[in-house]
Amino acid sequence: MSAATMTGRPQSGTSGAGATSGAGARRRLAATGAKVWPLLAAVAGIVAVWYAVTYLVLTPERRFLLPPLHQVLGTTLGNPAVMGPMLDALWQTVGVALSGLAIAVVLGIGYAVVMAQAGWAERILYPYAVILQTIPILALTPLIGIWMGYGFSARIVVCVIIALFPMIANTLFGLQSAGPDAHDLFTLNRATRAQRLLKLQFPAALPAIFTGLRNAAGLSVIGAIVGDFFFQQGSPGIGGLLRTYTLRLNMDALFMAIILTALFGVAVFSVFAALDRAVIGRWYGRGTS
Amino acid sequence: MTRTLVLDDVTKAFPTGTVALEGVSLAVAAGEFVSVVGPSGCGKSTLLRLASGLDHVTGGDIEVNATSTSYVFQEATLLEWRSALRNVELVGELRGAGKADRRRRAQEALDLVGLTGFEKQHPRQLSGGMRMRVSIARALVAEPDLALFDEPFGALDEITRLRMQTELQSLFELKNFAGLFITHSVSEAVYLSTRVVVMSGRPGRVVADIPVPWSYPRPPELRFEPEFAALTGEVSAALGEHS
Repeated sequence: MSAATMTGRPQSGTSGAGATSGAGARRRLAATGAKVWPLLAAVAGIVAVWYAVTYLVLTPERRFLLPPLHQVLGTTLGNPAVMGPMLDALWQTVGVALSGLAIAVVLGIGYAVVMAQAGWAERILYPYAVILQTIPILALTPLIGIWMGYGFSARIVVCVIIALFPMIANTLFGLQSAGPDAHDLFTLNRATRAQRLLKLQFPAALPAIFTGLRNAAGLSVIGAIVGDFFFQQGSPGIGGLLRTYTLRLNMDALFMAIILTALFGVAVFSVFAALDRAVIGRWYGRGTS
Repeated sequence: MTRTLVLDDVTKAFPTGTVALEGVSLAVAAGEFVSVVGPSGCGKSTLLRLASGLDHVTGGDIEVNATSTSYVFQEATLLEWRSALRNVELVGELRGAGKADRRRRAQEALDLVGLTGFEKQHPRQLSGGMRMRVSIARALVAEPDLALFDEPFGALDEITRLRMQTELQSLFELKNFAGLFITHSVSEAVYLSTRVVVMSGRPGRVVADIPVPWSYPRPPELRFEPEFAALTGEVSAALGEHS
């Protein structure tokens, strides 16, 4: 996991500063198109494979295992008795994921800031983060239920645990990314510890923090669904419905729920990726000339 | 004349056993600009770290009589997320100056290095030479009694480098700080300085201390005068004998 979540940010082009706004907008549109096309092609590919398996691989009596997409959409989208509870559940899961993410962000950044204060603090505290990361979340989840009950707060705890590590690791990496000369500059001007943190380390860490945020956001969605799946007390989340549909072999609704969770995951990732680009671009003065 | 920086028989050995400097004595007075040239690894940069207080001697003494010391690094070392003006302002921020005051001083320092109109640009939008100008403005904004330069023009192209030398010597004439300038370039040392100190290879020792006679401002054409060539020859000879 750490290898995937700790990758450096790709250096996006910064040459657009001198472009006129019209050309810039057109180029941005073209760039967006260049990013969207492969995604649409991938979706089309998945749908094609879906239909191929439904009609070419499965015999008619086994076709219920993978109902065709139009049947899934047809029986669910127009049926408020199915879609109503499903959207309510999705909303519930969104709340859990965002709450968990918010807590993970605060805790993760705080933990990394403490570690960045001294080498010994990092050596003592980092192993806890690694251990938390290496225990599979599915092994911990039942225990969390026993301790916390099976409601809303237990689901959030699952979210926090799964989203915490990328926040910690990326923030720490970012806080340590300021060069030795920059640190010397602060030392020579007798900067206090707080000044060094707020004016050097934290701003230098911002790009890495956003990378962590993007990864943590994706993981918090997974955490929320896992939490729903295990903890059924109170109003059900989308993960709870996934379980119910599975038990009832309600295949159309099951596939619709899976599609919704996928869209939710893509939406969360896209929002944070866009936020990342916008904030970091502004941060480094791109396009301010 | 007050001696702003005095190194007396300074030795610096690192825990690894490397002796970077041995028995170095050197003084820089107010109004003096001293360049140090020497082969790679002769402890030139170590000398600056000791003078600035970033590192400590293992033998001998260092005396600094300056209320404000500035340090210009090899790289411009700007904060990427701050505009040119805010980078220069940083010094005032860290030293607790009021906002209006530190902003006005930062603007003056940028004007001084010829960056009027580039205040809002971020480092990524500036050329290498302009970034180094911001770095020099950041050093001047502290009104230093002692200014330390660690090979600041080493990474610049030749044309920019010559222009920066011309600008720096006129800034020195204007501000009259005590300057200590590390460089690999003999002609840069001679052009900028009131004295050129030549160091030997590791461990670094002072092997020659050559005064440069010309007054400031020094025109760029000075570099083509026979006297200039004679002096660079003298420095090169001192370097050659001891490297």
